[in-house]
Formats: sequence, structure tokens, C-alpha cells
Amino acid sequence: MTVKLKIENVSKIFGPRPKKIIPMIEKGISKEEILAKTGHTVGVYNASMEIMEGETFVIMGLSGSGKSTLIRCLNLLNRPTSGAIYVDGENVAGYNKTQLKYYRQKKIAMVFQHFGLFSHRTVLENIEYGLEVRGMSKVERQKIAQKHIETVGLKGYENKYPDELSGGMRQRVGIARALANDPDILLMDEPFSALDPLIRREMQLELLDIQNRLQKTIIFITHDVNEAFKIGDRVAVMKDGKVEQIGTPEEILAKPASNYISEFIRDIDRTKILQAENIMMKPFGLVSLKDGLNVATQVMRENGISSAFVTDRKRQLQGIVTIDQAIEGIRHKQTLEEVMSTDVITVAPDEYVQDIIPYVLESKYPIVVTDEDKTIRGIILRVHVLASIISDSTEETELETEV
Amino acid sequence: MRGECDCFVRCSPIYMYEFPDVRIPIGDVVEKFTDFLAINFEAFFDFIFIIASGMIKGLEAGLLAIPWWILMIIIFLLGWYFTNMYGGLLFSFFIFLIGTFDLWPETMTTISIVLISVVLSLVIGIPLGILSAFSKTMSSITRPILDAMQTMPSFVYLIPVIFFFPLGNVPAVIATIIYAVPPVIRLTELGIRNVDEEVVESAQSFGSSTTQMLVKVQLPQALPTIMAGINQTTMMALAMAVVGSMVGAQGLGERVLYAINRIDISLGFEAGISIVFIAIIIDRITGGIAKRLQKHRRNAA
Repeated sequence: MTVKLKIENVSKIFGPRPKKIIPMIEKGISKEEILAKTGHTVGVYNASMEIMEGETFVIMGLSGSGKSTLIRCLNLLNRPTSGAIYVDGENVAGYNKTQLKYYRQKKIAMVFQHFGLFSHRTVLENIEYGLEVRGMSKVERQKIAQKHIETVGLKGYENKYPDELSGGMRQRVGIARALANDPDILLMDEPFSALDPLIRREMQLELLDIQNRLQKTIIFITHDVNEAFKIGDRVAVMKDGKVEQIGTPEEILAKPASNYISEFIRDIDRTKILQAENIMMKPFGLVSLKDGLNVATQVMRENGISSAFVTDRKRQLQGIVTIDQAIEGIRHKQTLEEVMSTDVITVAPDEYVQDIIPYVLESKYPIVVTDEDKTIRGIILRVHVLASIISDSTEETELETEV
Repeated sequence: MRGECDCFVRCSPIYMYEFPDVRIPIGDVVEKFTDFLAINFEAFFDFIFIIASGMIKGLEAGLLAIPWWILMIIIFLLGWYFTNMYGGLLFSFFIFLIGTFDLWPETMTTISIVLISVVLSLVIGIPLGILSAFSKTMSSITRPILDAMQTMPSFVYLIPVIFFFPLGNVPAVIATIIYAVPPVIRLTELGIRNVDEEVVESAQSFGSSTTQMLVKVQLPQALPTIMAGINQTTMMALAMAVVGSMVGAQGLGERVLYAINRIDISLGFEAGISIVFIAIIIDRITGGIAKRLQKHRRNAA
């Protein structure tokens, strides 16, 4: 993967003489003090990050954390006070008027929190806008706009005005309008915050779907941790204009960089983010088919467990045998294959914890995590699931097991 | 010194209570400036006079050429389209009443003066409003001037105007413009400034040029507000009908003045109510246009 967009030490300060404020921040004077003393507002301070091509990168923070200011620096609705923004290796912060116009027309498009639609234009005319500004002919731009109306599922609404649509539909227009320009980079400034929860979830899924098909580089702003972790390949957390941590959702959950972030992610529904492989433990007490029942009972005794998983030579799962079955088998001189039961519940490594919970409740035995070819990757006990929901970190906990 | 006096007032120097004898002759300066303009820019004012009086005469002749019943139908249809059928009926009944007052030609003259004043006000006002919306300096310059134009008694600027133009309809039009142009300037500025910031940002984010932004986004978005300004301007122009007649404008205003001199209550009322009728018709029709424009622009940010 190549770096699409590189933000390097970007600061944005609002006020009459922003450059003078930079040394003050370097001295560590707080945002509030600077505002009280000089009347300047620190929007973003010294933000650096790299965003990969085709990645969905989420910038998360509370209101006033500078996330909207930062995203507006990327298409220069805000000119950064200092720092550089490289898109495909070119510093866009230094662009002149013509270059900037071209950059905005061709490379980058934005979706707004309150949609930013043109209320005097129909849906179709709204979506055409970006192409119209470029000087494309009416027939051509209508054709493209029509295609994107269909992408976002608004066919039949071409000639409606925005005020005739619901909030969710309006934001679909916003997304279609941005996509119609065929930008490399799509900026989304809290696009779903103004929508009610049901519609929001629907739109999130739809965005993931669109992203799967189009593979744009998306920079997505939100104040909602659940949304951030659901959508983002990687997430940057901002606080008071500074970037606190950048990482994948799992990394941030596992190792929050500061108390602030721990606090931030405390209320998150971990079961929707953590996957089987994040909470499983190394398999133990495995018995090979060729080992036979005596070895199986011995393994169980050694490990202090009452059941063992049976594999073949390639560590592919065959079944499970309990201590009772084993003893019964030995008495009747049966083979391991004859006594073991094969109804073991297995899950894929990328299964979300929330989907595993029902299995755990229903099964008497541990859940086995297997690859597609049934190779055992790990096992999940009930305690692991519980621990994943509660604990602040998901380090593997060696628990005394009782199955 | 003080102890010798029985009271403070009697001892105080006289200049504490009387205004010192200084004179700052702003009035004289304005008068000299007016003279200067009248002498040196005669050709310019003649040019304006020819254009303006030509426009008024043309429009007046055009209106008078329309048979009364066709005008009634036109007013009915406009009223129907922009308000409702009852509005249309009422408006054409107003026109009919004006006919029965025997004030038809005067009414057409007044309408032409008002329409020309309004058109010229818009030609001047809308660009000024746009400039004020984009430049803070421009805005801070125009604001006090507009305040002065609106509060200065209109009779006062009738005086210099008659220096530049012969008595008649043209000085009335100029005075009307001075009186009526502020609302359209103010509301154009307000309308453009009040366009939703996110809408402006979204137009910017697609790489619109300044002109594209103005023509495709800001002006259409501001149109309902601008329309309200046009409506205000029109009403104020009508209110100047009588004052304009003091510098020789013809029409209903002149009839009102005539009635005042004769103490003719009947004529005064008929001419006066005719002005009211026209005001109502124009107000409701422009109001209806504004409402139509407003329809899709309100809810969707």
C-alpha cells in the first residue's frame, strides 16, 4: 500500500496574527490561556499522520478537539498556519489559486455534517454541481450524475428538491454529489451525526459497501467511538487540537495511549470490535487420533480438564472426547474415533465476539477457532468472552480452566 | 473672587451659557459643491435626463396604449397566479375603481415613474449590495450613507436635485431612487451574508470560482431575501409619489397636491386611495413571487 496523503506537523490557529502564537504553544502554554491572553484559538497543533491509498481513516474526538478544523485543512477550506500536506507527494498547502481549484475539482471531495446541499437545485442538479463547475457539458454530466443517483439508491428522486427528502436521503445526495466528481480522496465531516440512529446504522453499512466497490481513500470524522471503530481501518484520536493516538481499532482497545483514551473507549461495545482471534487462547490438551484413548485420559488428567479436542496429524479438528466417554471407551475396548463426538462448535478467527456469545451460552465445551481447512487456531472459553467485555485490556489471561 | 459674589451663576463668565460664536458652514459647502456639480457636469446630467425622461415617456405611452379591460385581465391573471383567485378579482376591481375615479392617465404616469425608479434602484442597489457583502470596508462605508439616506427628510434632497434637472418627472425619479434604494442594498447584502456557511463551503470544496459561487449558489440562495428588498424598495418608491410631485412630477401625486391647495376632500381621497390600491397590488404580487422563491429554499440546509 502506498501513502496517499501525508500530514506533516500541521497547525491551524485562528486569529489576526496566527504565526505569532506557534512559539507560545511550543512553550506548552494551554489552549485556554492562549485564548484569554491573545484572543487566538488553537484549532489544530502539530498534527502528523499518513493515510494509505484505499484506506478508511477515521479521525475521532469530542467537539472542540480540532477534528473538523483538521479535515478542512486537507482541502484548504482552512489554510494551515504551518506544516505541509502531501497528496501523492505534492504539497497542497503551497498551492496557488489555479492549482487549488484544479485540486478541489479533480482530486478531493467532501461530505458535510448538515449535508451542505443547494436547496434551490434539484437532486440531479445538486449531484451535477461539481461537474458543472468543471465545465462539463450538460448531457455528459447528467449521465454521470444519474449513475451516482443509482449508486446511492435514489432512483426516482432526480427532480425532487432537497427539502422534500428525509435526512438520510439528503445525505445520500451529499455522498452522490461527492462521488460524482470521482475524487481520489473523500472527506466526510461527521456525515451521519445529524441522522437518527436507525438510519445512521444503515448509512454506515452502505458506506462500507460503497467503499468495498470503489476503494477510495476516505477520511471520516466522528465523535462516536462505536462508529469510528466500526468504519475505520485505522483511527486517530484527537484532543485539544493534538493527535493523541493513531492505530487500528484493536490496537487502541488493547493499548490505549493515555487515560483520556481509556476513558473515551470505556463505554464502547467491545463485542462489536473484538474478533475471535483477539480473545482466543492457545489450544491445549489436544489429542491426536492415532494416540488413542489412554493418551487422551492422561492428557486430560495432566491438564486438569474433563474433555479434549481430537485432531489429525495436520492439526485439523476431528471432534471432542470427554473423560466419561474415554473411560467408557477403554472399558468396551473402543477406539478414540468411535467414542468421540463430532458436534463441536467452531468459529472463524474473524468472527465478532457478539456473534460468539450465543454459542458460548449454548455449548458445554469450549468453542474452537479454526481456519477454513479446520486447522485449530485457538480455543475460547466462557471466561474469555466475559473478560473481553469487561476488562480494559485484552491481554491473554491465563486462567485456571474448568470445563 | 468667588467670595465677593452672592451666587455662582451671576459670577460665571457668560460663555459658559451661550454657545460660542463659531460657525462650521457644512451647509454652505454642500451648496457650493452642488453649484460646482451643476456647472461642470451639465452634460452628464443632461444625458441622465434624456435617458430617464425617455424611459418614463416610453413606458407611460405603452401603458396608456393598453385598453383598460386588457389591463384589468392582466392584473387579474397576475393576481391569480401569484396569490389566489380572490386576490386577482380584488386587484382587477381596484383597477376598475381607479377608472371610475377618472384618474386613469394619472395612475399610468405614477406607475411608470415608480417602475422606472424601482428598475434603476435595482440596477444600482443589487451590485452595491453584492459588493458590500464581499467587502467589510465597503459595508462599513455604505452603512452610514444608507442610514443618512433613510433618515434625511426627503424634501431636503429635492432642493439640490432641481439644480441638476428641469422640473418634472426626472428629478422625482432621482429623489425616489435616493429614498428607495437602501432596502434593496441592505437586503442583498444580508441575503448573501446569511447563506448557510456549510453551503458556501460545499460550493468551495468543489472548486467553484468566485463568479460561479456568486451566480450558481450565493445569489440564488439569497434571492428570497433580495426579493423582500425589492418589495420594500417598491413600497417606498410609491410613498414618494406625492413628495416627487413637489418638484413637478405628474400623476396621482400631483392630483393630491392640487387637492390640498383646493381643500378638495373628494379628489384628495380618490387620488390617495388610488395610490394605496397600486401599493397593495404591487406588494401582494411581489410578495407572492418571493413566497414562490422561498418554497424550496427554507428547510434544506
